[in-house]
Amino acid sequence: MSEKPRGTTQTLTPADASESQRQPSAKELAWEKNTLQPILEKSPERRAEFTTISGHPIRRLYTEADLHDWDSARDLGLPGDPPYTRGIHATMHRGRLWTMRQFAGFGTAEDTNARFRYLLSQGQTGLSTAFDLPTLMGYDSDHPLSEGEVGKCGVAISSLADMEVLFDQIPLANVTTSMTINSPAAVIWAMYLAVAEKQGADWKKISGTIQNDILKEYIAQKEYIYPPEPSMRLVIDTFEFGVKNTPKFNTISISGYHIREAGSTAIQELAFTLRDGMEYVEWGMRRGLDVDQFVPQLSFFFNAHNDFFEEIAKYRAARRIWHKAMVERYKSQSPRSWALRFHSQTAGCSLTAQQPYNNVVRTAIQALAAVLGGTQSLHTNSLDEAWALPTEFAATIALRTQQIIAHETGVTNTVDPLGGSYFVESLTNEVERGAWEYIDRIDAMGGMVAAIERGYPQREIAEASYRYQMAVDKKDKIIVGVNDFVSEEKPLETLQIDETVAHRQAERLRKLRSQRSQAEVERRLNALRNAAKGDVNLMPFLYEAVKSYATLGEICDAMRDVFGTYEEVAIT
Amino acid sequence: MPEKKIRVLIAKPGLDGHDRGAKVIARALRDAGMEVIYTGLRQTPEMIASAALQEDVDVIGLSILSGAHNTICPQLMKLLREKGMTDVTVLVGGIIPEADVSSLKLSGIAEIFLPGTSTQDIVDFIHKRVDRN
Repeated sequence: MSEKPRGTTQTLTPADASESQRQPSAKELAWEKNTLQPILEKSPERRAEFTTISGHPIRRLYTEADLHDWDSARDLGLPGDPPYTRGIHATMHRGRLWTMRQFAGFGTAEDTNARFRYLLSQGQTGLSTAFDLPTLMGYDSDHPLSEGEVGKCGVAISSLADMEVLFDQIPLANVTTSMTINSPAAVIWAMYLAVAEKQGADWKKISGTIQNDILKEYIAQKEYIYPPEPSMRLVIDTFEFGVKNTPKFNTISISGYHIREAGSTAIQELAFTLRDGMEYVEWGMRRGLDVDQFVPQLSFFFNAHNDFFEEIAKYRAARRIWHKAMVERYKSQSPRSWALRFHSQTAGCSLTAQQPYNNVVRTAIQALAAVLGGTQSLHTNSLDEAWALPTEFAATIALRTQQIIAHETGVTNTVDPLGGSYFVESLTNEVERGAWEYIDRIDAMGGMVAAIERGYPQREIAEASYRYQMAVDKKDKIIVGVNDFVSEEKPLETLQIDETVAHRQAERLRKLRSQRSQAEVERRLNALRNAAKGDVNLMPFLYEAVKSYATLGEICDAMRDVFGTYEEVAIT
Repeated sequence: MPEKKIRVLIAKPGLDGHDRGAKVIARALRDAGMEVIYTGLRQTPEMIASAALQEDVDVIGLSILSGAHNTICPQLMKLLREKGMTDVTVLVGGIIPEADVSSLKLSGIAEIFLPGTSTQDIVDFIHKRVDRN
């Protein structure tokens, strides 16, 4: 058995920072004495302390005493109104369901295009593109460092020619597309806009998202190319370009997902992500952009992990923090800037390689937390993703999971069904408080770029991930099928990536380079290099370069020439 | 005379930046009394082999999650043989499909630790292996 009674002395209440301010009612005190105490003496609880997966202590019972300084009008409000605790829309999922957006990408552009069209035919309502590691790092498929990685973790995109195939017969005027790309985000976005233009889609009307969140790359996912300064410049270039040309496009998806996957706690995920958001706002303002012009195009992306209520509290707190920051720190006048919109993805790191079918259950519960937390769009992981990219069979179950939540469970019938719960409101308060403490600390360091350069968030995450691993090793935290309830099982059928992808990509690149105008490519790359040395917006230069069929690697190299590359000081 | 500490090089080859596992293992082995050198990200097989030679390590631990193991591992094993480092124990941790395990072991990888392995199991394996050599 996993959980045994630990220790013989049971205290009435777990330790908590706010404990001293808690003033239980006479009725609650009488209950403790007359009802609770005799029970505890007879049969102690299963553990001395109960904590969330992040290690946050949870009380036995929450009552009105836990909300002594809580004001429903101020802290909860109503949906669609500040501080948006209950959601950013008045009708939430009664009005419109979240976008079911499954992350997909593997092999060549043809392979992924076929998967996209399959997912759309199955009722998926938006696209989300996974790129392979060479693309994420700004290398062409035929670069020596790409060996062994082409098409493995996502689709290989080396030029506009690949992008045209990726979105073949997919009308960008109607379908919204999210692209998980960061360091080369501006280049890939330029390719996307070029495809949209060729399809005759109006830039002013198209919608979608580029992840474009470089700060969390330094903090967690580590797919960076250039140092922070020029990287931030590229991000702000996309903001500025987006305001003028693509007002419906999310020019960034400020991501906690990867911070959590790297091992952070829920509070760290929230704090670092929101502080990243503030950093982008401040850099945008320093560029001279009007807050209420560019902030409505910023979106967020959070993890949906195992601890059900902690996750829900995290999303609710996120909206409250963002509203407060926009109004108080940045003096925003527009409600469009105040409302935090977010995508969520169930936690990849919670999937187990052992007994993989259990992952369907984990994913369903995590997805439910995201829905109850008021998500705008959702990706549910497939059961086989601890082993490989998903098969079509597994990806279909993942999509069906969302459809079951949306159409069968009834949880969408009312807005914020957990609002007013003593526990959920208390936990929302505690998570928010914890996040502000981190935000204050990062402010004191001079902002997020400065904190990253000191290795501060990286160290905090490494600490948390090590603590969690030790808790799992000691069985303080149980993972079903891994450190308890273990059983023998048959290996799973997984998706095999065709090993000829790299070869086919190399061949395509060779053909592309022989067919395009080399003089035009050189001219565009030189113009980009010169522009990068100054301080003009690089988007128009990137756009012209991709249209000349300069490759992703060539374009990123031109900027490497000017910006240099970044190497982190590894912390262990 | 104090016992010589086991020296381990933890390396993260390929383009992938997901270093959670590598960092947890580096720290767990250090806490278990080993001397651990972490290479940092994006190491080529050449860089890993020369670091291993220079640091005179007993063990190389590779963290690979990206699916590039069938390219990286044979390259590294070949380089180690060329440098006469056949006594170095090479371990792989990460996402390795079961179908690839036997061919990797044939190429000379001593053990493959799949997701869910406890850090203690890895510590025990290293002790057993290095103490024997």
